[in-house]
Amino acid sequence: MSAVSEKLPLIYNEADWDFDALKRAYDAIEDIALNDLGLNVYANQIEIISSEQMLDAYSSHGMPLMYKHWSFGKHFARDQMNYQKGYSGLAYEIVINSNPCIAYLMEENTMTMQALVMAHASFGHNHFFKNNYLFRQWTDADGILPYLDFAKKYISKCEDEYGPEEVEAVLDAAHSLMDQGVFRYNRPPRLSDADRLARIAARIKHEETSFNDIWRTLPNSEEPDDEKEVRQQEVKNIQLPEENILYFIEKASPVLRPWQREIVRIVRNIGQYFYPQKQTKVMNEGCATFVHHYIMNELYNRGQISEGAIMEFLHSHSSVVFQPEFDDPRYSGINPYALGFAMMEDIKRICEDPKEEDRDWFPDIAGSGDWRGILKDAWENFRDESFILQYLSPTVMRHFRMFAIDDDSEESHIEIEAIHDDRGFRRVRQILAGMYDLGMHEPNIQVVGADLEGDRTLQLRHMVHNGRTLNEKTSAAVLTHIETLWGYDVTLDEEDA
Amino acid sequence: MNSFHFIDRRKNPKGKSLGNRQRFLKRAKAQIKDAVNKSLRDRSMKEIDKGEKITIPSKSTAEPRFSHDREQGEREAVHPGNKEFSAGDKIKKPPKGAGRGKGKEASDSGEGEDSFQFTLTQDEFLDIFFEDLELPNLVKRSLKEIKSYAYKRAGLTVAGSPTNMNLVRTMRNAHGRRLALKRPSTKEMNELKERLFELEKIASPSEEEIAEKKAVLEKLETMEQRRRFTPFIDPLDLRYNAYEPTPVETTAAVMFCLMDVSGSMGEREKDLAKRFYMLLYLFLKRRYERVEVVFIRHTHHAEEVDEETFFYSRQSGGTVVSTALEKMLEVQRERFPAHEWNIYVAQASDGFTQSGDAKRCVEMLDEDVMPVSQYYAYIEILDERELEVFSDADSGAELWRAYRTFAPKWPNFAQTRIARPQDIFPVFRELFARDTQEAA
Repeated sequence: MSAVSEKLPLIYNEADWDFDALKRAYDAIEDIALNDLGLNVYANQIEIISSEQMLDAYSSHGMPLMYKHWSFGKHFARDQMNYQKGYSGLAYEIVINSNPCIAYLMEENTMTMQALVMAHASFGHNHFFKNNYLFRQWTDADGILPYLDFAKKYISKCEDEYGPEEVEAVLDAAHSLMDQGVFRYNRPPRLSDADRLARIAARIKHEETSFNDIWRTLPNSEEPDDEKEVRQQEVKNIQLPEENILYFIEKASPVLRPWQREIVRIVRNIGQYFYPQKQTKVMNEGCATFVHHYIMNELYNRGQISEGAIMEFLHSHSSVVFQPEFDDPRYSGINPYALGFAMMEDIKRICEDPKEEDRDWFPDIAGSGDWRGILKDAWENFRDESFILQYLSPTVMRHFRMFAIDDDSEESHIEIEAIHDDRGFRRVRQILAGMYDLGMHEPNIQVVGADLEGDRTLQLRHMVHNGRTLNEKTSAAVLTHIETLWGYDVTLDEEDA
Repeated sequence: MNSFHFIDRRKNPKGKSLGNRQRFLKRAKAQIKDAVNKSLRDRSMKEIDKGEKITIPSKSTAEPRFSHDREQGEREAVHPGNKEFSAGDKIKKPPKGAGRGKGKEASDSGEGEDSFQFTLTQDEFLDIFFEDLELPNLVKRSLKEIKSYAYKRAGLTVAGSPTNMNLVRTMRNAHGRRLALKRPSTKEMNELKERLFELEKIASPSEEEIAEKKAVLEKLETMEQRRRFTPFIDPLDLRYNAYEPTPVETTAAVMFCLMDVSGSMGEREKDLAKRFYMLLYLFLKRRYERVEVVFIRHTHHAEEVDEETFFYSRQSGGTVVSTALEKMLEVQRERFPAHEWNIYVAQASDGFTQSGDAKRCVEMLDEDVMPVSQYYAYIEILDERELEVFSDADSGAELWRAYRTFAPKWPNFAQTRIARPQDIFPVFRELFARDTQEAA
């Protein structure tokens, strides 16, 4: 398929981009993405922004619309300084899991970089967002932008009404629980997407039409009786222990006023929206990197980009997938781009040109030739942990020269558990997969009791795994925040899981 | 499938995160202030109006999350780049703190950082820097004579210039008058005229039609008369926006900066003096839009110079401090009459002057300068060793001792000493802190 005999004309030949060239490049990329790779994507919306706007977007979770909070200002200040001092470059792209899928191109990029980013974000990430089961199950690409718009307006109105300090206190507290504000295993008891959107739309509309009424009466008005009844019913339905602390507080806190509950809910919804991204870093970046690598090379094979352009591309690409070794000062963990890309390239190789070893390890796919189908299936049905467990091949482990260590605080030595050899492959793979299991390395803290009829103490419990206790300093700070939201005493104990 | 589009957002307003930044600065205000004050000591004055990279403790802006204690428990991890390890090897742990947890669980909670570093813009820096500082006694003498006038809207009048005509009110009046006087509208007239035209077209009109034509003609006649008597716009209708001059309280202030640039002032002394004035100048420029600043430098003779020359050019010669005071009085009499201006003077010197001149200075100050001045600050630039020698306020160079004798007479006279760059800021604060108004 990739052997195109006659060469097509170049789609651009200048380093600088213009809108016509972008359009031509987009069309060529789209042709390969849809007709060769067979990707299934949301409609694309590509926005050209300046580096300063990129920094803006950076600081607020990469979202184009975000409510105001000092922590975003802090992140912006840090990113800006790092960028200006040259400590760090900007990411080439930001892409948003929305429908249409919004991708940002920086105006400073060269034409080749723009093509790379379009292939990477507008097709690679886009396909992953639209098809991966976690995103389909947990996020709502159609609803996120309207929801953020609602959130921004709502919080800004609350600031006008109740004062920025009051709002800040709630946001600070809710942010500290963002990691404990997601449903990990069971789907949240929520309305269907369409209903939820309709409710949001109705809420915004109501706000706009009855602006005066609602905002003048709210400060004194407490929760209407019927809503309170519904909420209390929901509290009764919660089965303890509950892992989603933010959800429990939002529903059951004895002191929160309705607008405060809504703010907690906004933070929780945004946290939940980002949860799949945390679980699929390797796959998501791997998918996007694999797609851009394939498309750019294919453009070159077809004669649509020049030799200079492919060299420039390879230079950027290799810095994206660069993996420093563990003893390198630049080392900061395994680069998800590098690992994801290497694994996916290796799946392609196993399908097309397997070695003996591959036939033993991957009898189902070795030599099948259908790497497009295999990869699409993987992108659709796996997350990092399960993907590594299933597909990390000896070739990749050898290539990275991986080794597994066991570091126990009780011991004076770190033990090398396994290395990239026949005896060690499975163990290395298992441990690496475990590193991507969020349930393992994020503290598992649950609500185990709340004496709603009595003294209203909220009881939290940390399930200690492998003797990994909580950092006392941060825990104390978070507990103070929880007390702000709960209004009464909060206790936290630790129990061996 | 062509369902995509490019959007050029580069023209969108920038600074979307400005609100977030302000919230952040407000949040960390106390720490930022400390950091700014600290950084000032290490910083050369030329850089002062540039932005500043500052580091604040991350405590007030921490975003705590639940996290594991890195020192506790058992962890397994995979790393790349094996060179000589084989399974079962044991490696001694590096000492605590060094290289621990490398790579794994990159800290994004903000808790791992002990401090937070970022850059303040020039405006933010100076705002924080000069916060709480105030020219002493500025408001006390807001003289009646120095009022200026601003024109303010003051309702409507019936006379005025055409440019000030209030069209809405004029037309409203005209409309009301036309209604009241039953001026026939053009529309009514046109309808009648049309009817008349139709009637005239009839070749052989009936009796009725002839009568109607006559009636119409008569009616048209009276209507036109009416229209002549009641014009569309009458001079009576005209209204003009009125403006009245309103006195605006202003506090006009002038700051005289006197600096000794003579040979007895070494590079170091000059540098210190310049730093002080630079600070003062920035402070004034920032705080008071209406403050005039006059730069006078002197050796054995004094001259008024511009800012650039004052700070950056060199000169040498003897020292006669009184020449500067003379020059200052000359400029003041010529351009800044005391009944119109609040007058502030800051003088920097190493304290040496021609013998006998100190006496003359005191006389001039006592008789001419202090009576017209709101505040007079004398800054003596010392050697570091001298500072120890002269730790007692009563001993000092000639000028210092001379000033010392007469200072008690004038509560709005201040004298102070600087020996090191890091003294400048505290002294500056001392002189201009908002509450140093014992002078009142």
